[in-house]
Amino acid sequence: MKIILTINNVKREVEISPSEFLLDVLRRLDYMSVKKGCDTGTCGVCTVLMDGKPVLSCSVLAASADGHEITTIEGLENDPEFKAISNALLEEGADQCGFCSPGLILNVYAMKKELKNPSEEDMKKYLVGNLCRCTGYVPQMRAIKKYFEVKA
Amino acid sequence: MRLSSRKIDLAIDLQDAGLNYVKIESDELKIGGATTLGEIERNEIIKAAFNGELIKTLQAIWSVQLRNIATIGGTIFPRLGFSDLITVLLALNTDVVLYNNGRMPLEVFLEEKIRKDILVELAIKKENRKLSFQYMRNSFYDFSILNTAVSVDENKDFRIAIGARPAVASLAKKAMNYLKENDNIEEAAKIAAEEMTFGSNIKGSKEYREMIAPVLVRRGLEEVLR
Ligand SMILES: Cc1cc2nc3c(=O)[nH]c(=O)nc-3n(C[C@H](O)[C@H](O)[C@H](O)COP(=O)(O)OP(=O)(O)OC[C@H]3O[C@@H](n4cnc5c(N)ncnc54)[C@H](O)[C@@H]3O)c2cc1C
Ligand code: FES
Ligand code: FES
Repeated sequence: MKIILTINNVKREVEISPSEFLLDVLRRLDYMSVKKGCDTGTCGVCTVLMDGKPVLSCSVLAASADGHEITTIEGLENDPEFKAISNALLEEGADQCGFCSPGLILNVYAMKKELKNPSEEDMKKYLVGNLCRCTGYVPQMRAIKKYFEVKA
Repeated sequence: MRLSSRKIDLAIDLQDAGLNYVKIESDELKIGGATTLGEIERNEIIKAAFNGELIKTLQAIWSVQLRNIATIGGTIFPRLGFSDLITVLLALNTDVVLYNNGRMPLEVFLEEKIRKDILVELAIKKENRKLSFQYMRNSFYDFSILNTAVSVDENKDFRIAIGARPAVASLAKKAMNYLKENDNIEEAAKIAAEEMTFGSNIKGSKEYREMIAPVLVRRGLEEVLR
């Protein structure tokens, strides 16, 4: 079947199978920042924005994304907020293997738009679904707090 | 949602069926069957409902990203045993409206063997209920090993639900009746736990659940009576 996806502001007609998930379609289309981890809705590395809201692309049927706007990290390349978040992560040494970074950055990006002046507790709750097997979360939290302070 | 592997012959997308809404109508809080948990959580009516306790429950369900795709229909219709939301809705006097089978109390729906239907909406009675949701988990980001919800209205009408036993939630009717005539909450919590059946699964044993159930119910009762 054919669906229309607007990926990073570019409208595309995409041929999919009805049982395909958005994650597999995006990777097939070369949006390699979108990672496959658990493939069961648990780890958050497949996070993309759908109409501006963070969703798990491994759990969204591609067919149900028909007509929607999808944002991946590739689409934020020139976005100052993206640069600020990734710089904060870099400065605090919050990436190791980097596998969780795209999903984390997108969720922080969405959190910034949704929450005004979040407390550390609010941040932890918002990011609870972004698992990281390397960092132990401490440098990540430091970086994210720094990003919010600088921008506040 | 990817909770199991299944072959599906016919899938229906309900996202454009006009079932995405939260509204107040004739003293009921109505939530459309295709509304996502994220849409509900961001809704101002819900934020204010039941002193913010409903929001607390929603935010205890996994992650922001998951809640932005999980819907009310997908949460209630499969009657998932571990569901936190079902337990809370049961304690809140909720009806489900099904396309074919019509309207019925949530507790009736949970016992019926209805397989093929569409959940059109939930109708939560907008009674002035105080609500408390309690759960036991190994960590915040995990399924509940056991969950309980307790509510009480101005006429001291209590509703007590216990879920993730690991079976789906049900009402502790004996304890609810006991509280009509008595005010010993320790005893009510004991009765509630004794009238339920508990089982074992990977999350916890039957014996463990039996021991924590009266504690969670008592905490809930204490909270709504505060
Ligand atoms: C990793 C993970 C963690 C979770 N953690 C929790 C938790 O901590 N607490 C908790 O309470 N829940 C939890 N859940 C459950 C979650 O909140 C959802 O209830 C569940 O995933 C189903 O949501 P869905 O809308 O995507 O369902 P879907 O997969 O879309 O649907 C599930 C079933 O319901 C049917 N269905 C969908 N809509 C309707 C309708 N309107 N009428 C009739 N049938 C319908 C579908 O046909 C399907 O058979 C978790 C789920 C996952 C995957
Ligand atoms: S791959 Fe989607 S949540 Fe893990
Ligand atoms: S940096 Fe390796 S998973 Fe997070």
